[in-house]
Amino acid sequence: MDIERIIRRRRRNDVLFALTGATITAAVLLVLGALAFTLVREGVSRLDLDFLRSYPSRRAERAGLLPAWVGSLLVMLVTGLTGIPLGIAAGVYLEEYTRKGWFASIIELNITNLAGVPSIVYGLMALGLFVYRFHLGPSVIAAGLTLALLVLPIVIVATRETLKSIPQNMREAAYALGATRWQVVRHHLLPYSAGGISTGVIIAMSRAIGETAPLIAIGAVAFVAFLPPVPYSADAFAVAREWAGSEQLSVVEAAVYPGVAWLGTSFTVVPIQMFNWISRPGDDFRANVAAAGIVLIVATIGLNAVAILIRHRMRRRIKW
Amino acid sequence: MVIGSPALMHAQPRDASADHRHGPDAPDAAMPAQASIKAQVKDFSFYYGQFQAVKNVSMTIREHKVTALIGPSGCGKTTLLRCFNRMHDLYPNTRYAGEIRLLPDGFNIVDRRVNPIEMRMRISMVFQKPNPFPKSIFENVAYGLRLRGVSSRSELAGRVEHALRGAALWEEVKDRLKKPGFDLSGGQQQRLCIARALAVDPEMILFDEPTSALDPIATAKIEELVHELKGRVTILIVTHNMQQAARVSDETAFMYLGELIEMDRTSKIFQNPSKQLTEQYITGHFG
Repeated sequence: MDIERIIRRRRRNDVLFALTGATITAAVLLVLGALAFTLVREGVSRLDLDFLRSYPSRRAERAGLLPAWVGSLLVMLVTGLTGIPLGIAAGVYLEEYTRKGWFASIIELNITNLAGVPSIVYGLMALGLFVYRFHLGPSVIAAGLTLALLVLPIVIVATRETLKSIPQNMREAAYALGATRWQVVRHHLLPYSAGGISTGVIIAMSRAIGETAPLIAIGAVAFVAFLPPVPYSADAFAVAREWAGSEQLSVVEAAVYPGVAWLGTSFTVVPIQMFNWISRPGDDFRANVAAAGIVLIVATIGLNAVAILIRHRMRRRIKW
Repeated sequence: MVIGSPALMHAQPRDASADHRHGPDAPDAAMPAQASIKAQVKDFSFYYGQFQAVKNVSMTIREHKVTALIGPSGCGKTTLLRCFNRMHDLYPNTRYAGEIRLLPDGFNIVDRRVNPIEMRMRISMVFQKPNPFPKSIFENVAYGLRLRGVSSRSELAGRVEHALRGAALWEEVKDRLKKPGFDLSGGQQQRLCIARALAVDPEMILFDEPTSALDPIATAKIEELVHELKGRVTILIVTHNMQQAARVSDETAFMYLGELIEMDRTSKIFQNPSKQLTEQYITGHFG
């Protein structure tokens, strides 16, 4: 019968599509697998505690990743402490406080576009603003703020999307009981959207951790043979005296400067260290690059795993 | 409590002694003493942008009675209800005109100078779809109290229990107050929302089609509750279920296309309406 023929043809199309999809997926996975395999094969021999504990060196087998991963960690700390609260605040403001209109639409469009701006452009802007205008130099704080600008639109968009997914009747229930706008945000919207927002935040951070271009633009140093001074250590006081321009520190200077001295030092991060190694002539440093690549990938996968875990837990707790 | 589908004629108003008569055609002078009036709506209109959703409505809400707002979809009954706690303030391009005076102090709820938060502190609301917070049962009921600055554990516990008892939910949840409100059934969730509304000792509770998302048994429980609550608190209820209006309310206002067509004792509206439109609506000719 006619209908049978139609059904048979549709079923064939169905199978065809499933097969195509499976093939493409397999191809992609294969490429990824090959990449990971090569990385591990080349890098695993270099990957040990000494690699993480050593400073860079001209000799490949002695060169380590210590300043780079500490640098990455500190830069991420600055990025997290500035970009996340600012991004969440801006997202909440745009979603819950502004009246919807043409002005809000323009801002929304621009923020979405900002998320797509090439990161080197952020680097150029940061070079002009943070490094020169604010006299921060090519420092940890300049790098952290640069990456904060980079993650800001992502955090804002994630915050807004999560807030949008909270049913309006939750807001109405809270307002009807006499809550102010801030109480609605503080007691309801933020707690209910914590899962979605932290997922967005972590994904933004895992993007930032691999950024190289904007940090090169602001003048990250590729060969750093020291660590930023530990707060209130002798090194930190030395930096503080340098900042104060005198041997004698005032009470405020003595309290503040040594605590934040690490923010002002030059730095390197893992991807820049990799870039430095890979651009050397000869094959000596290949294993180092691969090992550093593994470190970076593990960090990123770790962050994403945390994001998935949080999302999963929140989903179970809150269902609309 | 009559449940199922009683004929409209069986629905007797519970308060037969209330032989007053008012409505658009009754002058204010005919009103009994002020003490028994909770709210006075006068020449009230409401606009969404250019669209006038409520047109020049005047009505009297009697204290400690149940007033039902009925009418076909889009007649403005829910819009009018949401004016009583200034819910429309949350949305742009809305405008109130005229007065809704809350007695005895007599200030105008919809005056822009009146703080909507103060109004919402005094007038609670129960929504169409049960909307408990994704918090524990206890916290759901305690939230309004916390907003009003109650923080002592014993006082919170006492008032939460009182409210849950008032909403006929205490026996069902007393052993699991820390469990999420979402875990309850739909009808229980709605009673939780009623407890949440009751906990803050409101002068008035607004019900916006509170049973439209519930099954008949849960509906009967809510209706019973509304019946128990009156006498303690003034109730304004929107319903598109005419039997429900007949069962629970003392007074009924029939609205059509944003206008108040007729308001009277419920028995009068259902047995002997004075307007032809009202009669057509309650006999099911439209709507």
